[in-house]
Amino acid sequence: MTAMIFPPSSGTKASPVRRTVQPIATTRLVKVELRKMFNTRSGFWMLVSIGVLSVLATVAVIVFAPQGKVTYESFATAIGLPMSVILPMIAILAVTSEWSQRSGLTTFTLVPSRGRVVDAKAIATVLVGLGSTAIAFAVGAVGNLVGSTLAGVDTVWDVSLAAAPQMALGNLIGMAIGFTLGVVLRASAAAIVGYFVVAFVLSGVLELLAMVKPWFLDLQPWIDWNFTQVELFAGATNTAKEWAMLGSTTMIWIVIPLAIGLFTLRRAEVK
Amino acid sequence: MITVESLTRRYAGFTAVDNISFTAQPGRVTGFLGPNGAGKSTTMRVMVGLTAPTSGSATIDGVRFADLPNPGLEVGVLLDASAQHAGRTGREILTVASDTMGLPRSRVDEMIELVSLTPAEAKRRVRNYSLGMRQRLGIATALLGDPTVLILDEPANGLDPAGIRWMRDLLTEFASHGGTVLLSSHLLHEIEVIADDLVVIGNGKIVAAGTKEELLSAAGTLARATSPRDLAHALEASGIASTLAGDGSIRTDADPARVGAVALTHQIALTELRPAEGAGLEEMFLSLTADTQREGVAL
Repeated sequence: MTAMIFPPSSGTKASPVRRTVQPIATTRLVKVELRKMFNTRSGFWMLVSIGVLSVLATVAVIVFAPQGKVTYESFATAIGLPMSVILPMIAILAVTSEWSQRSGLTTFTLVPSRGRVVDAKAIATVLVGLGSTAIAFAVGAVGNLVGSTLAGVDTVWDVSLAAAPQMALGNLIGMAIGFTLGVVLRASAAAIVGYFVVAFVLSGVLELLAMVKPWFLDLQPWIDWNFTQVELFAGATNTAKEWAMLGSTTMIWIVIPLAIGLFTLRRAEVK
Repeated sequence: MITVESLTRRYAGFTAVDNISFTAQPGRVTGFLGPNGAGKSTTMRVMVGLTAPTSGSATIDGVRFADLPNPGLEVGVLLDASAQHAGRTGREILTVASDTMGLPRSRVDEMIELVSLTPAEAKRRVRNYSLGMRQRLGIATALLGDPTVLILDEPANGLDPAGIRWMRDLLTEFASHGGTVLLSSHLLHEIEVIADDLVVIGNGKIVAAGTKEELLSAAGTLARATSPRDLAHALEASGIASTLAGDGSIRTDADPARVGAVALTHQIALTELRPAEGAGLEEMFLSLTADTQREGVAL
């Protein structure tokens, strides 16, 4: 125990000379953040659950869908639903675990520029979102082929090339909402609860408001991000006005809170 | 070398660190002491950029920590061994740190061996680690980048006696190779054995700083009497400040002749009277931080 097993390099350190140190490359940070998303128990199981739920959803469509509904869109929608819940959780934990688990003490000591760490996390989150969406489409395609063969119907590819990117974007925006909540709240439990509030409670409240106050009906698509999300997942964001609505909800729910959250995150004490 | 200059950190309503300045020299182990809440951890967090100073600065070899291009290769930091993701294995935590610094993976195995974690322990998740194992993992993380400066907050906390011995040898060896070590500890005996220089902080202010020899060889007198309290009062009545230690001994800056004369006048029987040799670090610590102690131990 008392034997000194010093690494060989420190033997040559008789007089400490400043080494020329290369700055940390962003690609390296992104790789590290990707690894950190899945090398914890919770991260690992979330990754596994994406795969498992995709297959389960596919099987469910094959078993339960009426013959006329064994189409690619049914598979894509069925797989997309669990994914649209899990992906934001991954985005939330990617940010908040640094505070809730206090690993930020090491992370921000190794990389003092917190903005760079958050950037790397954002890039890693986008990569996970794109990867997961690709898996969803692939599993759905396999399910569609298998399902239509089993049901003895023609294989229907009814997701247009225009709709697919919108579904992917929908997933990314869901993750961005989670990421934003993570940056603003910096606590896992609060951010997850917050996500369910803005995703489910808030949409109900705004829906109700639109029902009782006619003046809000026209305003809702510009304010309610769930509204624009539903449009995206349906592949129905097509006109300039619809894109402008999406821009508006994104500005309200992501851009502005994220900017404020980043501002405080970079100044707050890491304890 | 670590240089702290006029560092102040204020929170709403109170000043955690109040205009402190000191240096930690290369080739030496600097002990950073102070009672709970004196500002040690705040100072260390400011040094590594986790807390922004209200004013003043802390630099590593003249550079602010946040401006170091890859700080892990220059400064090894261990602030809180428990501040790790509980769901990661020890090996993963080292791998992540090693990847961040851009080091070869072989470095991870070297460090696991260096801190005497078994390969089986390294594969376990940190939630199952004892505090001592977490400390070892934290030290492994700090040493990973082969830095020239170490900043360690309470590194001996939770280590078993053999581990404390190991840590002492490790830090002495590190300093003997020209490294700078700043460590805080409540284990005064540990600091007394290992430190070359001492910085004592109380209520956010530095109350003493210097080499261990300087600080511990403060001149003065040690006296014992059958009724130490009477002797303390007698000295006080004669205008001599004294400290009554827990073991009944009385320490004062006055020379033995004066103390003897006072005792004679007041007809107090002395059982021991001698020049105080190097006072123990504990007495020094308690007397220096007497004003800031919660318990008011050194009355």
